[in-house]
Amino acid sequence: MFDSLSDRLQDVFDNLGRKGKLTEEDVATALREVRMALLEADVNLKVAKDFIRRVQERAIGAEVQKSLKPSQQVIKIVHEELIQTLGQPGRLNLGGPSPRVIMLVGLQGSGKTTTAAKLALMLRRDGRRPWMVAGDTYRPAAVDQLVTLAKQLDIPYYEEGTRAAPPDICVRGVQAAKDAGASVVILDTAGRLQIDDQMMSELEAIRDRTQPAEVLLVADAMTGQEAVRIAEGFNERVGLTGLILTKVDGDARGGAAISMREVTGVPIKFMGTGEKIDGFEPFHPDRLASRILGMGDMMTLIERAEQAFDQREAEILQRKMLKNQFTLEDFLKQLQQVKKMGSIGQILNMVPGMGRLRQQINIDDEDAQRQLKKVEAIIYSMTPSERRNPKLLNASRKRRVAAGSGTSVEDINALLKQFREMQRMMKMLGKGQMPKIPGMFR
Amino acid sequence: MGSLRKGLSRTRQSFFGRIAQALGATDITEDTWDEVEALLIQADVGVPTTMMLVDRLRHLGITRADKLTEALKDELRQLLIEPQPLNLSGRTLSVVLIAGVNGSGKTTSIGKMAYRMRLNNRKVLIAAGDTFRAAAIDQLKLWGERAGVPVIAGQPNSDPGAVVYDAVNAAHSRGVEVLIVDTAGRLHSNFNLMAELVKVRDVLRKVVPDAPHETLLVLDGTTGQNALTQAKKFQEAIDVTGVIVTKLDSSAKGGMVFAIQQELGLPIHYIGIGEDMRDLVFFNPTSFVDSLFENGNEE
Ligand SMILES: Nc1nc2c(ncn2[C@@H]2O[C@H](COP(=O)(O)OP(=O)(O)OP(=O)(O)O)[C@@H](O)[C@H]2O)c(=O)[nH]1
Ligand SMILES: [Mg+2]
Repeated sequence: MFDSLSDRLQDVFDNLGRKGKLTEEDVATALREVRMALLEADVNLKVAKDFIRRVQERAIGAEVQKSLKPSQQVIKIVHEELIQTLGQPGRLNLGGPSPRVIMLVGLQGSGKTTTAAKLALMLRRDGRRPWMVAGDTYRPAAVDQLVTLAKQLDIPYYEEGTRAAPPDICVRGVQAAKDAGASVVILDTAGRLQIDDQMMSELEAIRDRTQPAEVLLVADAMTGQEAVRIAEGFNERVGLTGLILTKVDGDARGGAAISMREVTGVPIKFMGTGEKIDGFEPFHPDRLASRILGMGDMMTLIERAEQAFDQREAEILQRKMLKNQFTLEDFLKQLQQVKKMGSIGQILNMVPGMGRLRQQINIDDEDAQRQLKKVEAIIYSMTPSERRNPKLLNASRKRRVAAGSGTSVEDINALLKQFREMQRMMKMLGKGQMPKIPGMFR
Repeated sequence: MGSLRKGLSRTRQSFFGRIAQALGATDITEDTWDEVEALLIQADVGVPTTMMLVDRLRHLGITRADKLTEALKDELRQLLIEPQPLNLSGRTLSVVLIAGVNGSGKTTSIGKMAYRMRLNNRKVLIAAGDTFRAAAIDQLKLWGERAGVPVIAGQPNSDPGAVVYDAVNAAHSRGVEVLIVDTAGRLHSNFNLMAELVKVRDVLRKVVPDAPHETLLVLDGTTGQNALTQAKKFQEAIDVTGVIVTKLDSSAKGGMVFAIQQELGLPIHYIGIGEDMRDLVFFNPTSFVDSLFENGNEE
């Protein structure tokens, strides 16, 4: 869980130290990790290579923004490129004469029938009049499955059992839907392998005779390296207009989506996110990109950090840190900026792997906020000279601060200890070592 | 159609060309290692296993590339477990529980397995434990008819535990030797559905001593690295004893089985190679490894 790309890159850059610009060497080291992450997410090897080449071009010489660590900078570039590769979510092309035909194709078990029902429901909610046609005469009870779903949802459907040929059924189904005034017809087809010549010819026949406005490949998010050849195969034979990624509610990283998108060039239009019929959403490139990189919602976190930390202030703070002039006042300022990023719970949820951890250890937002308030109260109760030089705080001064802030001397000692720890780290930082920032709220 | 054929033979040539070039009678270079790595990654073997294999091969001190193929096959072969016969005899009633993610091929594999067993003159019964998916019961009943094996089913959306309980009773009263239990597809990451599966297993445990005697996970051969996670999670939940890999008639290689065998020690019993009743065969480690070096089963 913790071997997400961001953690790995963090390790890489811990060793390299912080630098203002990403050098070629930095980038090369980081990209090896990126490549690994992509392969582990099932991005096809060749597709991953091309992708890395593009990132490399963008990353070398890129200025590291003040608010970001070099590792975060690389992630940002990778993430942006990934979003670009995944492309914008495609909309269904439903203009033109009614009824418009949508044909669903794909391998066995990818989820076509369920998707047909989900799509129909979505279209009806959009105010259209969808029909479903049972074009899978091969898999036992596939027709029953479609009919059961259609009845459940009260969507009109067309079926002829399993005796007729699927292209004939589809043609008659479209006609029946037209006669009944349908505006969209969804054709469910049998699952098939793209290397099965005869079965692929059947799809061609269905396409030629029903002239679909959309031919959508329904593909399992868990697909491995073969995604490339599967998508290519279907695209060459029937000409895809879009992709639907199913079973996205699982924990697969979903790199197959990049592969399929790269080789077909057609947009990803929807994602299936649950067994229930309403588990169906328009495609979100940003979310999928984070997931492929195994990053939770790291991007949102990085963006918030960028917004919350005032650039200029960050620079001043950094200079002070390096010169070891960091005071309790600065400490307070930093805490307040962290607070601006959102509640601790929210932040933790965005850190990869932390969402689950948080459930386990049950971090209490209110508790964290209370801690923060306490620290604020303590620092506010100090005189400016004490804030700049905490060594002045002898026993009697500590008692005064404790009384003024409504805390105890132990609280003050704990805070001072934490602060000294931080100063020690900053000294290391000044020497070019990159320490890990420990939990601030413990 | 012509263009696809050409496309395929183009791929095949370049693929064999590359491997022949990489593993021909030449000295091993860094490019050779890259090619080996690419071969394994593209077969879904996964990064860690690939790294480990390449590392081992490098330490063998082979200098000629043509010796590498055999060495690689040996190493791959060693990662695979020689399958033992299913533990389904020597008692009055043996129970096989079948599980897996949605659409992996559970129901189809059950139909094929039941058919095999009936050909071997065993008295088989199937329990329709998938009461959730639309028409799953009808699908299983059709397979039962094809295979000539009776199916015990309940109402759609009824409690699968109850169906399984009834099936065990039926098995006892009919003198059945093997009961195969179908279950609804579920994602291993769904806590509630996994808990339901555990419940089904517990019902079996309670009513038949030591049941289930085999708990087989059905994995889709076109799945990538998530297959390992699936296997882990199902193993944790219901003590999987073995694996069936389906859809190996596709162009996918099923390389994720190496990591699964390596890390979890789960034997593969059968592979699915088509949609026909006879398209379930015993897993043979040697021919499986050989198939990684062929370019799919297109012809
Ligand atoms: N080509 C091929 N197709 C297969 C194989 N095994 C199963 N299938 C197909 O895969 C699809 C799904 O199979 P099912 O047996 O319904 O899968 P399941 O796991 O029972 O599915 P759910 O119960 O819906 O989770 C069907 O179209 C099967 O015909 C195989 O070995 N090769
Ligand atoms: Mg099933």
